[in-house]
Amino acid sequence: MIVATTVAIGGMGLVCGVALAMAARFLAVHEDPRVEELTEILPGANCGGCGFAGCGEYAKAIIVDGAEVTLCAPGGAEILDNIAAFMGVEAEAGEKHVAIVLCGGDNAKAPRRFDYNGVADCNAAHAVDGGDKKCNHGCLGYGSCARACPVEAIEITGTGIAVVHPELCIGCRKCVKTCPRFIIEMVPESQATHVFCSSKDKGPIVKKACQVGCIGCRLCVKFGGESFEMDGFLARRNYETPIEDEDTVIDKCPGDCIVRQEKSAAG
Amino acid sequence: MARTKAQFKINGGVHPSYHKGLAAAKAIADMPLPALLRVSMSQHLGAPAQPTVAKGDTVKRGQVIGEAAGFISAAVHAPTSGTVKALAPAETATGAKAMAVDIEPDGEDAWVELTTHACWEETDPKQLVEIVADTGICGMGGAGFPTHVKLSPPPEKPIDTLIINGAECEPYLTADHRLMLEYADQIAEGAAIIRKILGAEKLIVAIEDNKPDAIDAMETALKDMKGDVTVLVLETGYPQGAEKQQIFAAIGKEVPSGGLPMDVGAVVENVGTTLAVWDAVVNGKPLTERVTTVTGFPVQTPGNVRSRIGTLYSDLLDFCGGTTGEVAKVISGGPMMGFAQHSLDVTTTKTTSGLLFLAPDQVSEFTSMPCISCGRCVVACPMYLVPSEISQMIEAEDYETAEEISVLDCIECGCCAFECPAHRPLVQHMKQGKSHIMLKRRQKKG
Repeated sequence: MIVATTVAIGGMGLVCGVALAMAARFLAVHEDPRVEELTEILPGANCGGCGFAGCGEYAKAIIVDGAEVTLCAPGGAEILDNIAAFMGVEAEAGEKHVAIVLCGGDNAKAPRRFDYNGVADCNAAHAVDGGDKKCNHGCLGYGSCARACPVEAIEITGTGIAVVHPELCIGCRKCVKTCPRFIIEMVPESQATHVFCSSKDKGPIVKKACQVGCIGCRLCVKFGGESFEMDGFLARRNYETPIEDEDTVIDKCPGDCIVRQEKSAAG
Repeated sequence: MARTKAQFKINGGVHPSYHKGLAAAKAIADMPLPALLRVSMSQHLGAPAQPTVAKGDTVKRGQVIGEAAGFISAAVHAPTSGTVKALAPAETATGAKAMAVDIEPDGEDAWVELTTHACWEETDPKQLVEIVADTGICGMGGAGFPTHVKLSPPPEKPIDTLIINGAECEPYLTADHRLMLEYADQIAEGAAIIRKILGAEKLIVAIEDNKPDAIDAMETALKDMKGDVTVLVLETGYPQGAEKQQIFAAIGKEVPSGGLPMDVGAVVENVGTTLAVWDAVVNGKPLTERVTTVTGFPVQTPGNVRSRIGTLYSDLLDFCGGTTGEVAKVISGGPMMGFAQHSLDVTTTKTTSGLLFLAPDQVSEFTSMPCISCGRCVVACPMYLVPSEISQMIEAEDYETAEEISVLDCIECGCCAFECPAHRPLVQHMKQGKSHIMLKRRQKKG
């Protein structure tokens, strides 16, 4: 009896053991060991700014699918150098870009046209008759961008407008994607002077909706040259050309929407 | 012809204050032509119509100014004769922007040539559906589903029951009530036309028991009609007039999730739509006007106004004598499902059943609180959903779970938000979730 049991159990163990050994050999998943090493190099913020679901996925995409090595915004130049060295490729780091909310019309300067008493979310508010702000392009201030930000770099001020703290921003673009008004843009970190308006409406409409809107007068193009360009009735900063006489341009802007962002004010 | 009480009781529902007395006794009044009519191209569910006129064109009443863009769409006709002043996007009552044609009436109100079909009994049903499509008729109860689509069920789905919806369960509104009192015979004939088109054996006219005079009127109008004809008396309650609820109350069948009434062999048409079908077939007239209840305590003389489609809300209010007191909220439609307006610079459409003005003491501003899991919304929901859970899922942006727990079955009746003691914006969450999921589906498709 004892012998039979021992043989049966032992036999089963032997069969299973062999099966497992075969499975381990033939069904093994070969993962490139470089993926793990590269994941270690990446910053580990898992912000998704590269377009992949976290740092691990991005590392896999670089090695397996040959994705661009330059997509990690939070990493900056240093990590890019590390990735490039690891992959044995040349990559030049562009300047770090940070997000900015191109609207200066807070509650004091841009009136609301009705009382919105619903879900406190910009996308929800925007779906109700294009938002409660008189200006169709202005920041609604319900904080969808701030909630999307993985590093809490966006603040909704007491006067109801979103402000990005550039020194905290890691450049992942999540806020850019979530804003229903499309008024968050990525700008070079070194630049401090921007057109804080995104309204392409004609001057009289802008005037009625906001005290600090761009009315499309073209004075900035006149005084700032190629550092500004017109997009319909909206002036936009051309970040490739520095502004020569910044003070004059800021001073001349009748809408007061060209503003130099002070580090202290934002920080 | 028989009168019966509804055998089946709908699930949940609420009993808001009805305030129908404000306008119920007022006969339908015709509003004179205003100085401007702004006709939206998006008055119905589905693809907006394509404008077929240009600035400066002269148009006659009933002339097509917008062509249906696809099967689920409806044509739009000039509401009077005059000159096209502008084509520009304009805000609609729902808050979206849609192309609109501005027409300056010439005062003559001349019709285009009309083709009448007084002997519709001999006309081919297919031709009758074409007439309905060509005259731009869509559901006038509120949703604006193109009527010719409802009247063209596929052959594998035979229709045995036609329900004419005269429930008008939205508080304040009395337009359908007045139509049944003043145009009972025409509605009965319209119902007969639709019944012929569908080949439906059973005809049920469903009316809530708070309108006994309308029940009597429809009963008199239908007394000589042959076949299985019933005036169904519904218990007063909201939402008795909702399509799926009404089908259950009438024949005890549930429309399957994601399905249409034709899946249970039923078609529901609002009384206003039925009257429009009558007008289109018998008189050949396209849909160019409708009855709107202009009501609310701040309105000088509340009433039921027949106005041209494209009339400015401000003109409608002026016709009713303006307001006497302060207005805190304006709603296009009824208070349960209507849309709050921020301006009266919006024009009526084929679906504008009411224009409601609320006084400051009727409106409260509230802060939404976390769900306390009391379950009142679950009891109130006529669709057997759990609104509290769905709303929390949508708040957490977990749209997949929201879809699993059937957010798409929500009919947006507002019963849950009406009951919620935490003042949660449940309906807004539902709408947000539904539109997000539908958008995702469309993106997947193409």
